[in-house]
Amino acid sequence: MSASDHLIPVVVSNVVEVNPIIKRFEFKHVNGDELPAFSGGAHIVVEMIDDDTKRKNPYSLMSSPFERDQYAISVRRDDTGRGGSKFMHEQVRPGMEMKISAPVNLFSLDLRARKHLMIAGGIGITPFIAQMDQADKLGVPFELHYAARSVSQAAYMDSLADRFGDHVSCYCDDQGESVDLEMLLSNQPLGTHVYVCGPKGMIERVVETATALGWPAAHVHFEHFLAPPVGEPFEVHLAKAGIDITVGAEQSLLEAVEASGTPINCMCRGGACGQCETVVVACDGEIMHNDHWLDEEQRAAKQRIMPCVSRFRGKRLELDL
Amino acid sequence: MGPATMSESIIEESIISRPTYGTLKIVPGLAHYFLADASGAECVIRVVQEMPRDMMEKVHILYVPTPGEAALITSLYALGAKRFEHFPTIEEAVAKLGSWLSDAKMGSQLYLAGTEGLVGQGVAKGEECGLDHTAVQCEHRGSLARRVQCVHCKTMIEDVTTQPVKCPSCDLLLLVRDHYSRRLAAFQGVCINAEDPTEEVEIKEVFK
Ligand SMILES: Cc1cc2nc3c(=O)[nH]c(=O)nc-3n(C[C@H](O)[C@H](O)[C@H](O)COP(=O)(O)OP(=O)(O)OC[C@H]3O[C@@H](n4cnc5c(N)ncnc54)[C@H](O)[C@@H]3O)c2cc1C
Ligand code: FES
Repeated sequence: MSASDHLIPVVVSNVVEVNPIIKRFEFKHVNGDELPAFSGGAHIVVEMIDDDTKRKNPYSLMSSPFERDQYAISVRRDDTGRGGSKFMHEQVRPGMEMKISAPVNLFSLDLRARKHLMIAGGIGITPFIAQMDQADKLGVPFELHYAARSVSQAAYMDSLADRFGDHVSCYCDDQGESVDLEMLLSNQPLGTHVYVCGPKGMIERVVETATALGWPAAHVHFEHFLAPPVGEPFEVHLAKAGIDITVGAEQSLLEAVEASGTPINCMCRGGACGQCETVVVACDGEIMHNDHWLDEEQRAAKQRIMPCVSRFRGKRLELDL
Repeated sequence: MGPATMSESIIEESIISRPTYGTLKIVPGLAHYFLADASGAECVIRVVQEMPRDMMEKVHILYVPTPGEAALITSLYALGAKRFEHFPTIEEAVAKLGSWLSDAKMGSQLYLAGTEGLVGQGVAKGEECGLDHTAVQCEHRGSLARRVQCVHCKTMIEDVTTQPVKCPSCDLLLLVRDHYSRRLAAFQGVCINAEDPTEEVEIKEVFK
């Protein structure tokens, strides 16, 4: 079953305002137990109960993989979103009890690497904080290139630079600074792996530049902080359950299926892990594939859908659920 | 492929560890490293000739000629690579490859062409230097002679064409297995008549 079926009860042990748009949340097990082990790059799914609305958002763990007594995440407030990050910012206080999933890692360090080259954009810094801790302890060379819109929004930039010194290079848009990717990716020793997490455009540029320079695909890793896009409401028929459900404008298909009580697998809730892949029984209309899992051919065939992020527009969609 | 087929060799399919080979093809890369012996020289000439002139800055060629041969050295030199060096033995050329690759950057591509011994040792060196296997291409040309390691006394026996083969060091009669070690770039030779060393086994030439 999906990772979010076995939730861990935690208490919010601390809430820290990092800057005007980012807050850090720290969690401890309600019984003070050790939390499950994880490796740098892992994320948890946080369940948010906001009156009648239940939301589940994935957040990367930024705490040290070597500390199991508590977890920390950092959440960027997104006022245009459906409210998950706003809920975290406005409602979550120290002492509150919440539920989280066990960690899942879709963005782990490749331990065969001779060097780790990390490229972060904005809030995409979070998984790297845990990864740097890991690489540092394991004694593997690493370098972080961290870009942010402005100095005031660059969470943890100063503390990371203090802690890791020369390993960290920072770039702020408002200072006219930017990463020269071509130069950076042309000067890495053999055996280097590159990791990128940040805005879509940044990930695309890193992948394109590395590919054009001849980097093997197995050495290029990325994670999108993809949120389920909103859209028009639509109807779906669940063939096995024999029911019709409506996906609201601000709801994902996955959330609507879960709300109907129909079993469905999921893990990342961000279109990356492949767990929620569902067979399309009938489709008269357009599937808006928003995932990073299916390939072009599969998308065109309209026989599969990733309900965590993808939507539908048209006459009829029937799923094998 | 036309007239070249004469020297292209057919390798029978067998167990997984048996290496398979393709045809060299230039792929995007920051730098292109070539290692060939006399039987593979024509592959290097074929692909490098098709590259645009301004890419020669990125081309580095290592070559192991057969003794006394000069024509291919001239042709390879004429390609105008940034670096071209030739060595009398595979060992020396592979050692040079190692020193070049120790300064190489991500995005480098390695192309190997020639006999199995050369290709195998090139692959092992590439791996040792941190090249991903997808950045290494191999084209097999020439003799199917094998490099064999006697599993008993660990002696390396070059250019083995017979089955079985006598180990020059410990004198055991070895069955040349298809079991190939990527690390050693050698096939495994295992005593064929261990039960009864007096047993006579016919020695046939099979790896031509
Ligand atoms: C593996 C993974 C790890 C993640 N780690 C982190 C992390 O460490 N920190 C972090 O802050 N986030 C992280 N995220 C993102 C996070 O899960 C949430 O998506 C994010 O916090 C926004 O949630 P939300 O509920 O506020 O908004 P969501 O509803 O999830 O929406 C966010 C985005 O959707 C679009 N959108 C939503 N509604 C509208 C609308 N009405 N009109 C137009 N556009 C709209 C906007 O582009 C908006 O920015 C991660 C995501 C994944 C998949
Ligand atoms: S839950 Fe991971 S792809 Fe949908």
